[in-house]
Amino acid sequence: MRHIISILIENEAGALSRVAGLFSARGYNIESLTVAPTEDPSLSRMTIVTTGTERIVEQIIKQLNKLIDVVKLLELTDGPHIEREMMLIKVKASTMAQREDVKRLADIFRGNIIDVSPTIFTIELTGSGDKLDSFIDSLAEHKILETVRSGASGIARGDKCLHV
Amino acid sequence: MELSGGEILIRCLKDEGVDYLFGYPGGAVLHIYDALYQQEDVNHILVRHEQAATHAADGYARATGKPGVVLVTSGPGATNAVTGIATAFMDSIPMVVITGQVPSANIGSDAFQEVDSVGITRPCVKHNFLVKDINKLAETVKKAFYVATTGRPGPVVIDVPKDITDPAIKIPYNYPDKVTMRSYQPTMKGHTGQIKRAIELLLTAKKPMIYTGGGVVLGNASDELRTFVRQLGYPVTTTLMGLGSFPASDPQFLGMLGMHGTYEANMAMHGCDVLIAIGARFDDRVTGKIAEFCPDAEIIHIDIDPSSISKTIVVDVPIVGDVATVLQEMNHLLKTSKKQPQKKAVEAWWQTINSWRAKNCMTYDHHSDKIKPQAAIELLHEITNGDAYVTSDVGQHQMWAAQYYGFEKPNRWINSGGLGTMGFGLPAAMGVQLAFPDETVVCVTGEGSIQMCIQELSTCLQYGLPIKIIALNNRYLGMVRQWQEFFYENRYSHSYMESLPDFVKLTESYGHVGMRVERPEDLKPMMEKAFAMKDRLVFMDIVTDQAENVYPMIMAGKAHNEMHMSPNCELPQSPERELS
Ligand SMILES: Cc1cc2nc3c(=O)[nH]c(=O)nc-3n(C[C@H](O)[C@H](O)[C@H](O)COP(=O)(O)OP(=O)(O)OC[C@H]3O[C@@H](n4cnc5c(N)ncnc54)[C@H](O)[C@@H]3O)c2cc1C
Ligand SMILES: Cc1ncc(C[n+]2csc(CCOP(=O)(O)OP(=O)(O)O)c2C)c(N)n1
Ligand SMILES: [Mg+2]
Repeated sequence: MRHIISILIENEAGALSRVAGLFSARGYNIESLTVAPTEDPSLSRMTIVTTGTERIVEQIIKQLNKLIDVVKLLELTDGPHIEREMMLIKVKASTMAQREDVKRLADIFRGNIIDVSPTIFTIELTGSGDKLDSFIDSLAEHKILETVRSGASGIARGDKCLHV
Repeated sequence: MELSGGEILIRCLKDEGVDYLFGYPGGAVLHIYDALYQQEDVNHILVRHEQAATHAADGYARATGKPGVVLVTSGPGATNAVTGIATAFMDSIPMVVITGQVPSANIGSDAFQEVDSVGITRPCVKHNFLVKDINKLAETVKKAFYVATTGRPGPVVIDVPKDITDPAIKIPYNYPDKVTMRSYQPTMKGHTGQIKRAIELLLTAKKPMIYTGGGVVLGNASDELRTFVRQLGYPVTTTLMGLGSFPASDPQFLGMLGMHGTYEANMAMHGCDVLIAIGARFDDRVTGKIAEFCPDAEIIHIDIDPSSISKTIVVDVPIVGDVATVLQEMNHLLKTSKKQPQKKAVEAWWQTINSWRAKNCMTYDHHSDKIKPQAAIELLHEITNGDAYVTSDVGQHQMWAAQYYGFEKPNRWINSGGLGTMGFGLPAAMGVQLAFPDETVVCVTGEGSIQMCIQELSTCLQYGLPIKIIALNNRYLGMVRQWQEFFYENRYSHSYMESLPDFVKLTESYGHVGMRVERPEDLKPMMEKAFAMKDRLVFMDIVTDQAENVYPMIMAGKAHNEMHMSPNCELPQSPERELS
């Protein structure tokens, strides 16, 4: 099962390596990890996507909570939540037909073309991981030169908040 | 009052009530050593290897319950300390380790004696800090002691770059009385509803079992445990780490459980219908085959660390909290409860247990012409009135000490259980002897293990530590040899040690007393002689039966009712499955 865990962690040097080290030392899966400071610069917000049985995920959560730098933790997949990932993708678009088709696909997926060269389009696309996967699939006829994905960020729906 | 960083560090230790600091100097900590030189409150113990500094601090902590404190230099000083830090980590021992670091400006430049101490120790500490600002130094020390000693205890490393301790930079000193951390608030009190559920379940038990561990020692809860066990009248076992937290001579005590536990303790685990685990972590040496662990039991688990609960064995009634606090609440509930234990059923259960007990699983050959290691430990108990602080190294001798000494009090059995670190025993004994100069401190060791920190004999001379070293010399890395006998058809690959030193001369050259004992009849008079030398360190090199094995034994992957028994005992020797 796929689980999304949100963490508020002290914005200290080394805090990220404590989390990353925990996953590697204990052999837990990590699909993606995103981190950046919050509106309170002393705190960072991390979103971790992991997979494992219920028991493993329970241990992951306990072990994360045990890290001294972790202030608060929420398992987003326990309740309704929103998940977004951002992708930047470079696609070959040198012929007129290619340029039109890529533009059309980007529009369908509500992507933005954010950089253009005579032979290349760079598209920015935000959505769930599945949506980004489908966009990549839809470009099967085209030549993808590069993709960069941010990994998922998540937030709970409604009143539920992760804050100190 | 304005102090330099080096002075602040030492002053913090004083204000924290630290009496001993175990360490070894080097470039990155010279400012701190200079500050040490100019005061008399904190006593520095100069070891001969940084590993020993950490083990000594660890032994001090295990015996006193107070945190052990270590000071080592950067680079090799820090890496040498890692084994001791990991040893303390695995057994949840409170410790604060100060490592010197190259000056802040040089960090990351592969400077002389630079290692990433914070990175290297991260997986084996409860927490670690790199001090980047002298103004944060005192607060960091306070936090380190707070984290190390509260909740589930553990070692904390403070990495201090050399510029932070520069004697030319002085700032006002202010050691906080208290520290709060928004990210760290250990739970002490157990959930009342869960505690009630646990009591109800316990009182329905027909075949109850109490399984306790190191958490009772760490949480200083022996008194509460005794009341609890006596109120219920149920059988109790402890892990290797819990020995002494319940008196070994008490009729309700079934001995240690697990791989080398007693027949009665393991059989009672296998047969029980309600199990309460108290400050124990279901280690693989204890559970045996997970799929057949306590197959009929509903399980209650008290632990201060939520991650210990349902980690390997899923439990029915988890209680997160401090053992002493939770047991106090339970004892109160039991006292005031209208319900009583199932008297008849529990009596029948005791009969079954006593029939297991009657098999005498710990018996050994008493008529041998060789010195039996078990006999040596029993004699040690007799001569020390069962009241010594006993440290041990790792191997067969460790198991025999655990099985045959019979600990009556907590904090007296001091060994490396989780990491199993050879070399632990002697330096740990130094820490204990310093803490309790008037007590008898014994190090039970093997001829293999003792050589891993033998250099500390020199430290013992310097500080006049009258430790008694009981070396069960079987001329083998015995525990390894035992496994090779059982699992590798007697192919004793590199478990034999040739060219052993003459331990008597070796000890004498370090300025102590050495003795060699070869015949069973000499053992008692010589041991009496050794223990009569109250103010001398005595190394007893005891030549024991080479072929002796540790029994009972649950082989890897086997269940509690599939023990391998000693040939001297009346139970079938090969692991015949017993029905409970
Ligand atoms: C050669 C060898 C053979 C061994 N054979 C055996 C054997 O036969 N039997 C055996 O038992 N062990 C054996 N061991 C030891 C084994 O490896 C483990 O170290 C040991 O079983 C763990 O003991 P424990 O469960 O009591 O946990 P500990 O490591 O002592 O952990 C203590 C637990 O208590 C909790 N705790 C701490 N403080 C508190 C508090 N205040 N309140 C509540 N909870 C608290 C902690 O969170 C932790 O979960 C052997 C080791 C060696 C080296
Ligand atoms: C540092 C370290 N290295 C290796 C081991 C593996 N090991 C466990 S017991 C043992 C043999 C110990 O020999 P000795 O000290 O003579 O004790 P004995 O088993 O003979 O009583 C070894 C090598 C260990 N536990 N620690
Ligand atoms: Mg040996």
